[in-house]
Amino acid sequence: MNRYRSYIIAAVALLILIGVGYFSSRFVLYLAMRVMILAIFALGYNILFGRTGLLSFGHAAFFATGGYGVALCSLHLSQHPLLGILVGIIAAAILALIIGFFCVRHTEIYFAMLTLAFGMMVFSLMWNLRDVTGGDDGLSGIMRGSISLGLFKISIMKDSQFYYLVLFFFSLSVVLIRQIYRSPFGLVLAGIRENHVRTEFAGLGVKRYRLAAFVVSGAFAGLAGALSLLLESNVTPFAAHWSHSAHPVLVSLMGGMQTFSGPIVGSIIFVALREIIERFTYNWMLWFGLILLAIILGFRGGIVGSAEQFLQRFEK
Amino acid sequence: MESLVHVCLAGISAGMFIWLVASGLTLIFGVLRVLNFAHGSFYMLGAYLCYTCLRFLGVNFWLGVILGPLAVCLVGFLVERYLLRQVYELELPYQLLLTFALVLIFDELVKMIWGAGSIGSPTVPGLSGSVEIAGRNFPTYNLFIMGFGPLVALALWAILEKSWWGRIIRASASDREMAAAIGVRVPSMYTAVFVFGAWLSALGGALAVPYVGLLTTGMGEAIIINAFVVVVIGGLGSLKGAFLGALFIGLLNSFGTRFLPSVDMFLTFILMGAVLLWRPQGFFSGVDR
Repeated sequence: MNRYRSYIIAAVALLILIGVGYFSSRFVLYLAMRVMILAIFALGYNILFGRTGLLSFGHAAFFATGGYGVALCSLHLSQHPLLGILVGIIAAAILALIIGFFCVRHTEIYFAMLTLAFGMMVFSLMWNLRDVTGGDDGLSGIMRGSISLGLFKISIMKDSQFYYLVLFFFSLSVVLIRQIYRSPFGLVLAGIRENHVRTEFAGLGVKRYRLAAFVVSGAFAGLAGALSLLLESNVTPFAAHWSHSAHPVLVSLMGGMQTFSGPIVGSIIFVALREIIERFTYNWMLWFGLILLAIILGFRGGIVGSAEQFLQRFEK
Repeated sequence: MESLVHVCLAGISAGMFIWLVASGLTLIFGVLRVLNFAHGSFYMLGAYLCYTCLRFLGVNFWLGVILGPLAVCLVGFLVERYLLRQVYELELPYQLLLTFALVLIFDELVKMIWGAGSIGSPTVPGLSGSVEIAGRNFPTYNLFIMGFGPLVALALWAILEKSWWGRIIRASASDREMAAAIGVRVPSMYTAVFVFGAWLSALGGALAVPYVGLLTTGMGEAIIINAFVVVVIGGLGSLKGAFLGALFIGLLNSFGTRFLPSVDMFLTFILMGAVLLWRPQGFFSGVDR
């Protein structure tokens, strides 16, 4: 029963998401896409945070790089969305490789500090390179071209059409990350989190694995950023700001960083909470900080973590 | 030649503000083993509170410099006593995240109370003029800052190395349990060190009010990034490293802006990358990890 439960949940969730695409209003569609994009960002981030035990405060830089990648590709090269997304992911991965090369030399405190500092370097770079990135205005008015696959074309101009592209990438990311966690590579990452000295003694290059985890999670952040650009049709340097790096952290914590589905559940709650709070106040970030504080002080397992504990107790 | 002197002077005075923030950061880390992301927020709060004293209480600038940071001390006390104390025993990410949440909260509170825009700043009584150095005018206030920074460094060194307090602090930093066993009230001392560190940072902020000319909510994050670079270069936990590092970063920024304006912000990061490759633990690391 237990073995099949996750498959059943996944199948039901997919059916619901397809149903949402058919029957919902534009607003619900938009929110659903925001949830899925944030979930890709947070799932990728959690490879590093929950799995490898490294706390990065600079992942917004990769998210923004993905966005700028698509925008620049669409402005100067081609409007093909898949090409743009590919460019965005590759650009984010390369940046993650460069920044990660320096950051993985340290863990814990230094690592958090370095990722924040390098992330802000990317932010100020995007802010200052006015000719390329449009400075603080960012790049806006990026059109969604159609996906041409040789013989036939798929239009994604309308939100109801674009929704399925987001759903496709979301499902792909879930499957991929699930596979990563089950692969020997994913197990080594968990080993590094539990005891990196012992992992090193087992003959595995801990730094190389950390760097690989950093690049993989950076690439997923790039994918999320690319999809986000196609959804919003603009990107500004604030996508790379450290306060945006806090989003996947909070999402993972809210959902439960030691669980697979935690970041997904966290994303739903995050987007919903934000919609509600922004109805009556502009100071969303203040509430964001207070929620983070409350989780750290009293609710560290997250929602999925607590629910699992509850279920386990129940089944005994 | 004249301009070179002035570039140096500007760099040194800018470095002194970074030093005041980095000193508190590294002191708190050395004793409490907590990296306080919110340290830049204390700097920002110090500046805004000092400004408020001047503007709305109509006090003298120097009284504002005393009162503003004192108010920040109260904030620091509350943070340590009621929040940080809960997470000392937890895993490290939670400590980092707690101070990170505080950055979000303080930033947003400052935006709510004082507004997101910039507000003009007043002039300093007694030090508002300028003196002629190497053929050009240089603000007297900046000269005062250049003298004040090393003075703080000297005072810190004297407190830590020569006083009874300093011995207790150093003892607790090197072995918390042992210090507690011989009768040091470690929790109170942690609070004291945290409040003192917050005061140093807020003092930097208050003194920066006439220097920066206008206050923005981004000033905290700008200085904390610089302070991070400084402690990476100097080594976390080392005051000597923080002082020399801050001086160096100040000069580097100043020379960068003057001679390589297109890449000036990169220089510090290139330097940081180089130090990480060459000496990952920094030049004067007080921590053995």
